[in-house]
Amino acid sequence: MTSEEAPAPRDIAVVAFAQTDHRRSTEESSEVEMLMPVLHEVLARTGLKTADIGFVCSGSSDYLAGRAFSFTLALDGVGAWPPVSESHVEMDGAWALYEAWTKLLTGDADTALVYSYGKCSPGSVRDVLTRQLDPYYVAPLWPDAVALAALQAQALVDAGHTDEPALAAVGARSRADAVANPHAQLKGRVPQGDYVVRPLRTGDCPPVGDGAAAVILAAGDRARELCERPAWIRGIDHRIEAHALGVRDLTDSPSARLAAARAGAFERPVDTAELHAPFSAQEVVLRRALRLDDGVCVNPSGGALAANPVMAAGLVRIGEAAARIHRGASDRALAHATSGPCLQQNLVAVLEGDPR
Amino acid sequence: MPEVLSAPLVLEFPFTRSLGPVQSAFLTGLRERVVLGVRTTDGRVLVPPVEYDPVTAEEIHDLVEVAPTGTVTTWAWNHAPRRGQPLATPFAWVLVRLDGADTALLHALDAPGPDAVRTGMRVRVRWAEERTGAITDIACFEPHDGEPAQPGDSTGAFADPLRGIVAPARLDYTYSPGRAQTAYIGALSARRIVGERCPSCRKVYVPPRGACPTCGLATAEQVEVGPRGTVTTFCIVNIKAKNLDIEVPYVYAHIALDGADLALHARIGGIPYDRVRMGLRVEPVWTEGARYPDHYRPTSEPDADYETYKELL
Repeated sequence: MTSEEAPAPRDIAVVAFAQTDHRRSTEESSEVEMLMPVLHEVLARTGLKTADIGFVCSGSSDYLAGRAFSFTLALDGVGAWPPVSESHVEMDGAWALYEAWTKLLTGDADTALVYSYGKCSPGSVRDVLTRQLDPYYVAPLWPDAVALAALQAQALVDAGHTDEPALAAVGARSRADAVANPHAQLKGRVPQGDYVVRPLRTGDCPPVGDGAAAVILAAGDRARELCERPAWIRGIDHRIEAHALGVRDLTDSPSARLAAARAGAFERPVDTAELHAPFSAQEVVLRRALRLDDGVCVNPSGGALAANPVMAAGLVRIGEAAARIHRGASDRALAHATSGPCLQQNLVAVLEGDPR
Repeated sequence: MPEVLSAPLVLEFPFTRSLGPVQSAFLTGLRERVVLGVRTTDGRVLVPPVEYDPVTAEEIHDLVEVAPTGTVTTWAWNHAPRRGQPLATPFAWVLVRLDGADTALLHALDAPGPDAVRTGMRVRVRWAEERTGAITDIACFEPHDGEPAQPGDSTGAFADPLRGIVAPARLDYTYSPGRAQTAYIGALSARRIVGERCPSCRKVYVPPRGACPTCGLATAEQVEVGPRGTVTTFCIVNIKAKNLDIEVPYVYAHIALDGADLALHARIGGIPYDRVRMGLRVEPVWTEGARYPDHYRPTSEPDADYETYKELL
């Protein structure tokens, strides 16, 4: 038996990002019609064509729009001939990006197209999301997404980690920052509004909307050819907690913290963090779990409180963080995506630009 | 461009799910007004109980009865109950740690208003009058001023234990087919079949879906095709479908309409099923008030030459 030295891991970067303008409804478009311009835009940024891409991976959920196998129809927008190497996750596109990253690590591909989309407008996303819950003990009660987030928010208030004015400030800051984001759905001064499920008010909740996002990953020198300042993925990891809400400490996010540690987030400070916190209280949890102090620019895009195309909002966080590195507005950024109720599952990526 | 079409769409399924031994005991217990937890290897009691230890992943089955009284660990006031939720009047969502349990159960609390609810308040189970072995056998929780109830000593052995549950699920949507399919459906209502051409490969897709799946480009140029076409391949259906008033056997075929580069599928009528063949020339049959052809029937033309449709198989 011979022992071979493990090859050095490949450097992999986000080299391009594109997203739709996120809107309350895109009823004039099918999913592929909504997605396709974003695919064309992200390819155009690199000059690549579909045939040049080594791996294609997407994330979406048929439950959102009630369309069976919608991801196969969405593939029409990629142009899958000659046949492409392709995969799909029934998750946020951030997890599709994770799969693409591992594919590039193996050396099987040098470039990957990652995309995701969500059309929340055809259904009631609050109710649709109940179908991801434990089907024996929880789903028969139809606890909607806002209700579960409100239980988490109240636990935070009880623990003294936040209060209603502090939560309102999270929403206000997010929508104020979103003014500079042409893609955001809800921006500017937005009334905090009435309780939706107390203690969460309208302003604590994300807008319901449709949208899509796409990212191109590339390895090593290929990344440098395709992008002036690639956003190198220094680490990426995802962790999940127990599904039973009553087993978890809802005021903390050990899964986000562990994912961040495994991604190397705590080795050096980040200057920017794009957090996927659809509800204001979740930002409070994540800031503590990820040890983000006031020196970190959190959600300069406005975050999910400004646009929350479900299944794309997590990938948008990675794309926004990468885009800031591309244009020199950040040198080291943390991007986070979540899935499941009350931050059940969390993905953290650390992105860096080359020294300037 | 015509107004985008939309229509209500209801997805409704009764999901039939089997139960593991711990889930079966818990849900059967609810039917018998008994709340069971499961003891983990480190001695904690989980309610609701699970089949595997959430920390160690060990299989666990040491069932222990807990009290129907407990303490609210967090809550949220729901002033506008939604379909399927436990109460139709405003209520609090609560996580309740039952006396004897170390974890909390999600349910509803019937209370007069948010001012009557707080974390730490004492509550008790209100049982549903009719119980079937489901989480909804707990109708809800209600405020409880008295002492903790004493749990019984059930170990989860019941006569006639549940083996499975049927969990109905319904989601309502407003379906809109998008630009390309709206145009297609709109043309159909005028008895015209209109596809769309790819700007790159020039193929005409019928029905159009808005994108050329080969090139990944938007199709926009509308092209009327047919109405006649050629059967490229077919099958003979011998099993009668539920709610479908068509005598079997009948033929379902791929039909390449003249001018189209993709075959669509439809039923063939007006000819005995065993005389349908590849290359048969057909035309649509419209019925009064229908928004699409009821079926296709033979024309009197000679069969198409194989060379003319072999690329469309």
